[in-house]
Parts: sequence; C-alpha cells; structure tokens
Amino acid sequence: MEAAAGGGCSSGPPLLLSEGEQQCYSELFARCAGAASGGPGPGPPEAARVASGAATAAAGPVADLFRASQLPAETLHQITELCGAKRVGYFGPTQFYIALKLIAAVQSGLPVRIESIKCELPLPRFMMSKNDGEVRFGNPAELHGSKVQIPYLTTEKNSFKRMDDDEKQQETQSPTMSPLASPPSSPPHYQRVPLSHGYSKLRSGTEQMHPVPYEGRQPLVQPEGPSSVGPGAKPLRHQASLIRSFSVERELQDNNSSYPDEPWRITEEQREYYVNQFRSLQPDPSSFISGSVAKNFFTKSKLSIPELSYIWELSDADCDGALTLPEFCAAFHLIVARKNGYPLPEGLPPTLQPEYLQAAFPKPKWECALFDSYSESVPISQQARDLNRMEKTSVKDMTDFPVPTQDMTGDDKQALKSTLNEALPKDVPEDPATPKDSNSLKARPRSRSYSSTSIEEAMKRGEDPPTPPPRPQKTHSRASSLDLNKVFQPSVPATKSGLLPPPPALPPRPCPSQSEQVSEAEVPSQLNRASSQAAESSPAKKDVPYSQPPSKPIRRKFRPENQSAENQEPSTAVGGPAPGASVKPHPTVQKQSSKQKKAIQTAIRKNKEANAVLARLNSELQQQLKEVHQERIALENQLEQLRPVTVL
Amino acid sequence: MAVCIAVIAKENYPLYIRSTPMENELKFHYMVHTSLDVVDEKISAMGKALVDQRELYLGLLYPTEDYKVYGYVTNSKVKFVMVVDSSNTALRDNEIRSMFRKLHNSYTDVMCNPFYNPGDPIQSRAFDSMVTSMMIQVC
Repeated sequence: MEAAAGGGCSSGPPLLLSEGEQQCYSELFARCAGAASGGPGPGPPEAARVASGAATAAAGPVADLFRASQLPAETLHQITELCGAKRVGYFGPTQFYIALKLIAAVQSGLPVRIESIKCELPLPRFMMSKNDGEVRFGNPAELHGSKVQIPYLTTEKNSFKRMDDDEKQQETQSPTMSPLASPPSSPPHYQRVPLSHGYSKLRSGTEQMHPVPYEGRQPLVQPEGPSSVGPGAKPLRHQASLIRSFSVERELQDNNSSYPDEPWRITEEQREYYVNQFRSLQPDPSSFISGSVAKNFFTKSKLSIPELSYIWELSDADCDGALTLPEFCAAFHLIVARKNGYPLPEGLPPTLQPEYLQAAFPKPKWECALFDSYSESVPISQQARDLNRMEKTSVKDMTDFPVPTQDMTGDDKQALKSTLNEALPKDVPEDPATPKDSNSLKARPRSRSYSSTSIEEAMKRGEDPPTPPPRPQKTHSRASSLDLNKVFQPSVPATKSGLLPPPPALPPRPCPSQSEQVSEAEVPSQLNRASSQAAESSPAKKDVPYSQPPSKPIRRKFRPENQSAENQEPSTAVGGPAPGASVKPHPTVQKQSSKQKKAIQTAIRKNKEANAVLARLNSELQQQLKEVHQERIALENQLEQLRPVTVL
Repeated sequence: MAVCIAVIAKENYPLYIRSTPMENELKFHYMVHTSLDVVDEKISAMGKALVDQRELYLGLLYPTEDYKVYGYVTNSKVKFVMVVDSSNTALRDNEIRSMFRKLHNSYTDVMCNPFYNPGDPIQSRAFDSMVTSMMIQVC
C-alpha cells in the first residue's frame, strides 16, 4: 500500500512508512499545518492537499518541531535540503514525512542520507512536541469524530438509508486513495469514517489527503460536509447546492472564528440548513412550528426523550409550545451539538438566544439563498403532490373564504408550475393536527400583509387550505357531507361529495312525507283537544260544536306543526338555511329506517286515533250523563211540587 | 420556605414530590398522601356550584403540631400540596398564594413541552430549579 504512496513522491526513493510512523507523522504534520493556518484548534489528522497550497506546514512550526528533536542546526539544514523542501519551497506532506524520517534516522545514529530512511527506524523523538501532539489529539479526535457524526445527523434527518449507502461508498473509496499522493482537484472531500468506527484502522491503512480548513470552532461548520457525500451518492439537492456554497465560502469562514462559545455558534451554512428544514415544516418563516410537528421532527434525531425535552426547554424561550424560526434554529443546533457529544448546557448560550439569532441573520438572506438553491429542484412529483394537496384542500376547506381560495389555488397551480417550489414533505397535507389550525390562522393574516413575492404568497395560500377547517362550529359536523358543500362550493364537482362518507343516521322524525306530518300534527292536536275537552267538561258547559273547534286546532296546529316539523329536521340534520333542500338528499339508508319508523308511527297513530275516539265517546257520554242528571233533578223537583205536602 | 412540595396528578398519584433532604422523606410523603383526602373533601364541597366559581387556592388543609399543609387545585384536577414549617410564622397567606401561582406557571410551562406526556413524572430542570428556589430558604 505504501509503495503506491511512494510513487507519488517526487523527491526520490519511495517512502515506506510503518503504521505507527504514518500515524505519528500525519499527526505532526497536521499539527504543523494547523498551527500554520492560525487556528487554535487542530486540523484533521490527515495531511492536507498539496495543490491547494492552503495546507502546508509552515516553516515556523516545522522549524520548532525540528528544533525540538534536539538535533544540531546543520543537521536540520541537511535534512531540509534532502527532503526537498528547499527545492520545492515549502513543506508538503511528502517533504515533511521524509524530514521526519531523516530525523528519526539521525536520532538513531544514521547519517543524513536518503538511503537512511529506507530501513526500519524508530519514531523520531521530539522533546516537547510529542506532548503537545498528544494533548492536541484528545480534542481533534473527538471533534473529528463529532464532525463526522454531524453529517450523519443532518442526513439522518432527511434520509437515513442514503447515509448508510454513502458511508459505504466512502469507505470503498478511501482505500483506493494513496496516502501521500494528493488528489489535487477533488472537491472538498472528507473522510466520513468516524473514529468510533474503526477510524484508526483506516488511517493506518491509508492516508487520505483532505482539505484542512478547520478553525477551532468549526467542528460544527462541517455539517455541510454531508454534502461531501454528494459526489458519491445522491444527497438532497439543497445539500448539493450547499456544497458549492460551502467550497466557495470555506475561505471566508476562516475569518469568522474569533468568538468564544464556539460550539454554540451557528454558521451561515448551518443557518441555511436549519432554515430549509424550518421551511419544510412551515412555509412561512415568520410563523412558528407547533409542538407536535416539532416533536415528530426532532424525534427523528434519535435522541432520548428526556434530552429532547430538555433541549425544548432551553430553546422555547417564551414557553408557548411552539417554535419560531430562531427558536427552531437554536433547538436544531442543540440537537446537532448533542449528537456530536457535546454536553447540553445549563442554560441557553448567548449565541443561541432568539434575539441574537434574529439580529445576526436578517431575513432577506434566507429567501434569496433558498430561491437560488431551489430553483433547480422542482421535481414534477412535488408539483403533482402540490396539486393533490390543493384538491384536498378544496374539499376540506369549509371556512369563510373558500371561493377566493379556490380561485387562488387555481392560479397558484400555474404559478407553481413555472417557478420554484418548496420541498414540502408529504406529512404537511396529511397532518391534520389542530395546532396547525391556529398556525394557519395566524399565518393567514400574516401572509396577507406579508409583502413578499407573489410566489411566496401563492404558496402560502396554497398551503393554508391543507389544514382542516379551523371553524367547525360554523357547520354542523354531520352536515359536512351535506348541502353546505353544495351551497358554499359550487365549483366543487359533485364527485367530491361522493368521496365524503355518508352522514350518520339522522335523529328520529325525518318525515319526508306529508302524511307523517299530518299525523304528527294530528296527534298533538288531538292531544290538545282531549285536554281541552277535559277542561271543558269540568265547567260543565255544553260544547256542541265539537267538530269545529277541534278542526280549527287541527288546522292551526297543522301549520305550525308543519313548520316545526320541517324546522326540526333541518335543525337536527343540517342546522342551517334551506330546509326544503334538506329534504331531498336523503340517502337510501335513511329511507329504510324511516320506513320502519313509518310502520311504528302508523301503529302509534292508530292507537292514538282509537284513543281519541274513545275519549270523544267518553266526553259525549259524560255530557249525556250530565243531561240526564239535570233531567232527573228537574223531575224530582216537579215531583216534589206535585206531591201533596201533607206528611201524614 | 416550604419543607415539601408535591404535585399530584388527577388520579392521585404523585407527578413530582420533593422535600428538604435532611428530614425523613417518608413522613412528608405520608402527610401529602393524607392531605389528598382533605383536598378531595374541599373540592366536592365547593363543587356543587359551577366549577368556574371554585377557587384554585384551597388554603390551609390541616395543621399539625410541626407543620401546616396547604393545597391548591388546578382546573384539570392536578393538585399542588405544600408542607410548611409551623415555626415559620412569618409566612402569610399571600405568600403561599404567590408560591402556588409560581408553581402553577412552571407546571404549565412543563405542559407546553411537546415531549412531555401528561401523566409522566416531571423531569424538567426549569421546574426543579424553581422548586429549589422555593425550598431553599429552609436551612
């Protein structure tokens, strides 16, 4: 393996390094290179690309290192000459390794010759440097591992499986690369094998040239490193765009690092990524994500629930159960940090405070960056999904402005087809969580006043309908399948109502037929009559015209009964206007039950009629009885008068 | 100033109970448990009227020789019980009320956390720190 490595070496014989030597040398080189670039933190343990020129061991630290080897100055000069640094002009990895080997050789007593390095040598000894190196490597090891895990996390959030594939691809790629030959023109390429996964094994096997740019705080910069997977696999497209932006801005980052709280600082790329994720959950960046949505999202990060709970506590500053964009970024960042092994802070770090985040990253930046990154990612499937969603919304939308919304969605479809689209996940339309209602409600007025591009407005309005109707009280829940659809949404094709489930059985007394109404009218009227007759009999008046007053009450009652019956039916079934219309769309199920009811009611009617007849009879007989009584009284009187008064 | 603070769920099991460590915790647990009966009694007595009219603060549940027990019920029948040292006579009713109000606020904050399932023991650090601050004056 090292033979191939030696092939890339330009300065003479192939360099054979043992495993231990390779490890040590690369570490030392990294140290020097890292020190050279000025960052306090360590660079990756791998060597840097020679071609980039940004990662070479600067003369200063290298000289220090050589001096630490406690060799005389002339020897060091000779070594420097021999290794080719003077010729080339800088200490590339090749030169550095040769130099180290020479130092080892000299320290073991061999002359300063190229041939010396061919044999097995112990590691060169440096007085101070080794300690430093060891100390240094506590951190970089971790950080490197942690850095590498971030890509896991970020891609995890979107696609677990892809990540595994990528990792495998990376692993297969790495052995093919020669340790000392640098791939000059490859894009920033990270070795995505975390230390915990046998990184040491890989390192000893092969050395990779990787770009260095690590400043102290930047372990978390590399979340966009997942994009490094890009070349190997098919990452999400926005990550692909982030690769580009990252490689361009890599140099810029180097300048940003001079703050404390480095792990808690959110970089530009991270910020963009978080904002993308936020938008995927909630299209309006000025609105917020509800608790349940955020919970589902963050649960994917596979942190434990108590930790997630604590992170939420930290990040939801106003404790309202929802996350605004800065709160979301803070939470996301904490999760990322936790995933990489950073312990969670006791309190929210100042760089993650919502006010700070809002101040640091003004809005317009998101939009243009996102639009650029998304303009190329408009798969047709997404559009189709959008269309489906809009159709669904037209069904679900039962609120005040269904018609304008629908017109708008019609236009939206056109707009969306031609322009960019958010990577809206499928769970957005399918998530009927009522907290989203409040979000959409709050988002609606905001989107109205939000004077952004028409595309965004259109998208937002297109997004609003997917939520279930936020005003269920307006319409009776059962009536959702009934007329109100037809009343309010003339544009909805009739098939839509067919999609909806049939309404549950209406309460008793649908009475579509007149006869039933009549019977119902009769029944109460008869009851009334009976009661009125009972009242009449007590004052002992002769009520001859039975037929008339009863008929009047019947008629009088009939109409109100009609109306009341009609009103009852819509009030129970529809609860709204147009009672006449309500009679029509009775499904067959109801008719069957109503037939049964009819049977029962006819029986009831007959009984009541018999009852009424008997009651009438009773009253008539009572009247006759009264008359008879009176006659009797009259006769008795006469008898008394006619009888002789004599009482003998 | 409180010696023991407990949050009891609707089903009368504790969601959170904490006492000053030097005392025998079991004793406080027992006191809280027995106070639940008194709480229920007070709730039912007032419950004949509309629930809205029922005040949340229940006041002194019962005094013992060494301690006084105060109670507070939320509208979702979650009870807060506080045991206070009797020798601490400087504590007035208003202060107890304010302490309960703080407890209630912290409890709602815990509830707002979507990762918290109602009925789970409360493990929020913010809540812990708030309770500690209320108990910290006891030396």
